[in-house]
Amino acid sequence: MMRRLLVFGMLAGLVAGLVGFGFASVTGEPQVDAAIAIEEAAAAPPAPGEPVEPEEVSRGVQKGVGLAVATGLYGVAMGGLFAIACAVAYGRIGTSGMRSTSAVVAAVGFVTVAVIPFLKYPANPPAVGNPDTIDRRTGLYVVLVLVAVIAALLAAQAGRAVADRVGAWNAALAATGVFTVLVVVAVVLLPVVNEVPDSFPPELLWRFRLSSLGTQTLVWAVLGLGFGPLADRVLNPAPARRTPAVAASPSPSAG
Amino acid sequence: MSDSAAPSTVPAPLAGGAIRPLKLPLREIAPWAVLMGALMLLGIYFVGSEAGAFSMVGGTWIHEFVHDGRHLLGFPCH
Repeated sequence: MMRRLLVFGMLAGLVAGLVGFGFASVTGEPQVDAAIAIEEAAAAPPAPGEPVEPEEVSRGVQKGVGLAVATGLYGVAMGGLFAIACAVAYGRIGTSGMRSTSAVVAAVGFVTVAVIPFLKYPANPPAVGNPDTIDRRTGLYVVLVLVAVIAALLAAQAGRAVADRVGAWNAALAATGVFTVLVVVAVVLLPVVNEVPDSFPPELLWRFRLSSLGTQTLVWAVLGLGFGPLADRVLNPAPARRTPAVAASPSPSAG
Repeated sequence: MSDSAAPSTVPAPLAGGAIRPLKLPLREIAPWAVLMGALMLLGIYFVGSEAGAFSMVGGTWIHEFVHDGRHLLGFPCH
């Protein structure tokens, strides 16, 4: 059961990652190219006679195979974690089947690991960000993702604790409230990082960030909507067998 | 529902052939979650952070290869 759910999670994730690749190539790559042009214009030109530093990986590979492998691997890995999360959530968060469970877990996952980090530490194009602070920025980013994941787990537990008394709708509201309070506190307390150079075009920054958020949105949407029906088949191993059984039965109670 | 059923969250097959479980037992999920969870996180690490703040394999080839994806998926890159 778990093995098949994981396989389908990674499969849905691969498709999601490749859809993200298509979207990122079309909407994001022009912004990355423009930002790299700004980065190179700002760098000191090589002294005459000095050999030009060879590119380890060409731009063509970076924006083609490299981007596809990155988004594909991200999709597969996120899909595997997503399958585990759905297996735990199934039957435990008040959703009625695997398709709605998958959609809800994807919505929560998208907000938790993509939107919340994006709101505090948004994606940056090349030429933005001081390489000397990468350790600190990576640490803050990981801390915020971890806090958001823990907040989502605590919120789900809080919702489950009150669901019997207040009903599913109010339990979902309570869980959302707990999540919001915890995440807002963390986002306010964590330090601001702003390393955008004054000369960087704001329009380019906006379009880059929008394409980054769009890529994440698509990946999670495809993952959440794609995994549900596949996982439903794992949980309902014999829908084909059931239909003729019902059809063959003359009993009025079959309906 | 039979009272003699084991206290598992997976019900026994019903007469109609419907054996849809209502929950998946955490005992069954846990070993997969630990093993595959670690592997999946390693995959995300290679896309998101290898040769950035940390480096496991040395060199910057992986960083350069996944460069555009790292930027566009929203990870801190450089």
